[in-house]
Amino acid sequence: MKPMLSVSELNAWYGQAQVLFGIDLEVQQGEIVVLLGRNGVGKTTTLKSVVNLLAKATGRIEFQGRSIRDLAPSSIARLGLGYVPEDRRIFTDLTVMENLEVGRQAPRANTPHWTVDRLFDLFPNLARMRDRSGGHMSGGEQQMLSIARTLMGNPSTVLLDEPSEGLAPVIVQQMVEVLKELKRQGLTVLLSEQNLSFAKAISDRAYVIEKGQIRFAGALTELLENEEIRRAYLAV
Amino acid sequence: MWEITTQVLTGLASASNLFLVACGLTLIFGVTRVVNFAHGSIYMLGAYAMVTFVSPMREYLGPTLGFWAAVAASVIFAAVVAALIEVVLLRRLYRSNHLFQLLATFGVVLIVQDLVILVWGADDILGPRAPGLTGFVSLGEHRFPAYSIFMIAVGPVVFLALWLILHRTRWGTLIRAASQDKEMVGLLGARDKLLMTSVLALGGALAGLAGALQIPMQPANAFMDVSIITEAFVITVIGGMGSMTGAFLAAILVGLIQALGIQLFPKSTLVLVFLVMAIVLVIRPWGLLGRPEVEAGGAMGEPPERILSPNTTRFALAALAIFLLLAPQFMSEYHVGLLIEVLLMSLFAFSLNFILGNGGLVSFGHAAYFGLGAYGAALAVYHWRWPMEAALVLGPLVAAAGALVFGWFVLRLAGVYAAMLTLAIAQILWSLAFQWNEFSGGDNGVNGIWPSAWAQSRVVFYYVVLLLSVAAIGALWRATKAPLGYTLRAGRDSPRRCEAIGINLLTHRWAGFVLAGAAAGLSGALFAFSKGTVDTHVLSVHMTVDSLVMVLIGGVNAITGPLMGGTIYPLLKAYIMPLTDAWRMFLGAVILLTVLLFPQGLAGFLSKFSRRFNSSTEPTSVSLRVASERGQ
Repeated sequence: MKPMLSVSELNAWYGQAQVLFGIDLEVQQGEIVVLLGRNGVGKTTTLKSVVNLLAKATGRIEFQGRSIRDLAPSSIARLGLGYVPEDRRIFTDLTVMENLEVGRQAPRANTPHWTVDRLFDLFPNLARMRDRSGGHMSGGEQQMLSIARTLMGNPSTVLLDEPSEGLAPVIVQQMVEVLKELKRQGLTVLLSEQNLSFAKAISDRAYVIEKGQIRFAGALTELLENEEIRRAYLAV
Repeated sequence: MWEITTQVLTGLASASNLFLVACGLTLIFGVTRVVNFAHGSIYMLGAYAMVTFVSPMREYLGPTLGFWAAVAASVIFAAVVAALIEVVLLRRLYRSNHLFQLLATFGVVLIVQDLVILVWGADDILGPRAPGLTGFVSLGEHRFPAYSIFMIAVGPVVFLALWLILHRTRWGTLIRAASQDKEMVGLLGARDKLLMTSVLALGGALAGLAGALQIPMQPANAFMDVSIITEAFVITVIGGMGSMTGAFLAAILVGLIQALGIQLFPKSTLVLVFLVMAIVLVIRPWGLLGRPEVEAGGAMGEPPERILSPNTTRFALAALAIFLLLAPQFMSEYHVGLLIEVLLMSLFAFSLNFILGNGGLVSFGHAAYFGLGAYGAALAVYHWRWPMEAALVLGPLVAAAGALVFGWFVLRLAGVYAAMLTLAIAQILWSLAFQWNEFSGGDNGVNGIWPSAWAQSRVVFYYVVLLLSVAAIGALWRATKAPLGYTLRAGRDSPRRCEAIGINLLTHRWAGFVLAGAAAGLSGALFAFSKGTVDTHVLSVHMTVDSLVMVLIGGVNAITGPLMGGTIYPLLKAYIMPLTDAWRMFLGAVILLTVLLFPQGLAGFLSKFSRRFNSSTEPTSVSLRVASERGQ
């Protein structure tokens, strides 16, 4: 079966400094795949390269069998590849409803169709603060809103950059439930994480990155058994 | 009592018009982060479109319907032109430095000015009065034009309409989101390019509306663009760049100050407006309702590599020195005059780049210091019969004093606000010189500013200029290699780190600013004696643009860049200007081409060129040497 998203031979630079060295990865339809690694190893850079946010990158990036390497970020989003940035990037002047409105796109075939009401079912907290401005929300609420906003575009695949970062344990638990529900809806997800127990709760497969290179690829169960890899690349 | 009421109403009427222009400007800035000089040109085109459309439309549709149809047509015309400018030009500038953006959009201003004169001629064109609004309203014994009452209503109506668009439509929500994070809006799949174009069209439509509605009160003329854009800049800065409500409040404030201030300072209401702006910025550096700028402009780019080896450089300098010393022996008087101009412009450009390329301080009003030097020297001769020698000392001192005072305000601001304030300062001085007839000679300027008897001959005066300008350039050059220069560059590259290691950046920048001001003042003072006359041109925005163009042509990041630009530009002007009626259009095209194709100027171009040819030599040793020189 053709993968939903495939990245091959991806190199990326910040200015003169190369930070990614030949990254290869694939995500099949309906899968939840996690990119694991410590701070600064290139997880965020990998996701940013996929949606063409980096000034300098080379390699092949295909979404649904089609090269998206030279498309503008907005065109990539319109193909159904959503992106939730690490720093959430909520429009703080806009209300919750307005933030969702900015993300709204027409429904597309074969992907779950999200409405504001369905999203409020998924994120009950947000339903209670429809008219609150984005600047007056907690970090967890902003994270929920950021995901909900991207879902308003009815994507088939979502890139999630460290969704559990900086969240209280109880909110992380909610996030796990949300991701499970998204999987049930048939969404494909590629997320980056440092939190192994969070990844364990939801992911099918994992890639471990270290210094801009993939050091492990395989099922999550395999990774959990592989003490050596975990100690080398994940333990703090 | 009625007197005051009439003044207030007049102020509110002009506030409406100012708001229409300023709100478009602030909207465009909010979304694109470009300070759009060409917005004034769109306003002017709206006015010219109105006088063009209104006659045929009145013929076909009758006086009333025809008038309003012509307004609508002008609005559409202005929107289309603004959208075209976005697609062709602005789109390519979003990642550039503010200064490049300002300069490029000023290039559009120059091109449009010549186009307007080509199409409509240089004379003012009167339009018809608005049907049904030609009468007067009685206020006590005063009569107030009914059209002005209509204008007073236009501002709030447009404000309300814009508010509804921004808060009640998807388009408006996207605009507000993009003002905060343009990239994120694109990442969510909204058509961001189209959004930018549509915002330019909206802003253009508002400017066009302002221009068209101005026609029943004032004729269309080819100078209305720069005067309105300066006022609109002042309003957006007072209100806070990107804030619609701020622009509305500031427009009312400025309109009222102008209307009421005319009784206090009949000569220059702009001075009063400036004072208010300065006070607002001291209290709130981001304007009444603005927010601090997060990003610090775009990059100016890497400095070009050194092209010539130290020996070759020494040889070239010696050859240049011999040429400059012997030039009058084999050159005609005309060419010696040209060489004087080259020296003065090189000094002027060099002084600008001392704070711009070296210090990273955005200045869009360097003419202020050139003009202060020129007027300082000229007025001393004209009013007090000072000799040239004394006047040449006074000129730079006046300019330095100006830089000392204005620097205090400017250096507390950053980025676009600083650029706007420098522009405003130069415009204020210009308007002072223009309006203060008794002292400055107004539009005619002051004449009879000739060198002392011993320096009357062109050749002797040439040597005076050579000595002083080379000494001043040498002093500034030396300063870039002194701790002051290092500190300025450090502040340019990382202001925060500078503050962290205990450098008082403000003081150093202030010193650099004053030094550059004095050097520009010297060049202005010498300029006055070389021409024998000084007029308002030396303080005008065109003079500022000349200085920036010279730096830009030469290359912002190279120390010799401004000298190259200061040489090429006066020669271009001397040889090409007489050949064409469309000099401004030519200059505008040069600016656009340079900004778009050679943003690193001639120095950057030559360095790239030589690198390509010398790839066989050892590039590492060259770059290492450059690196060590830069970092020592």
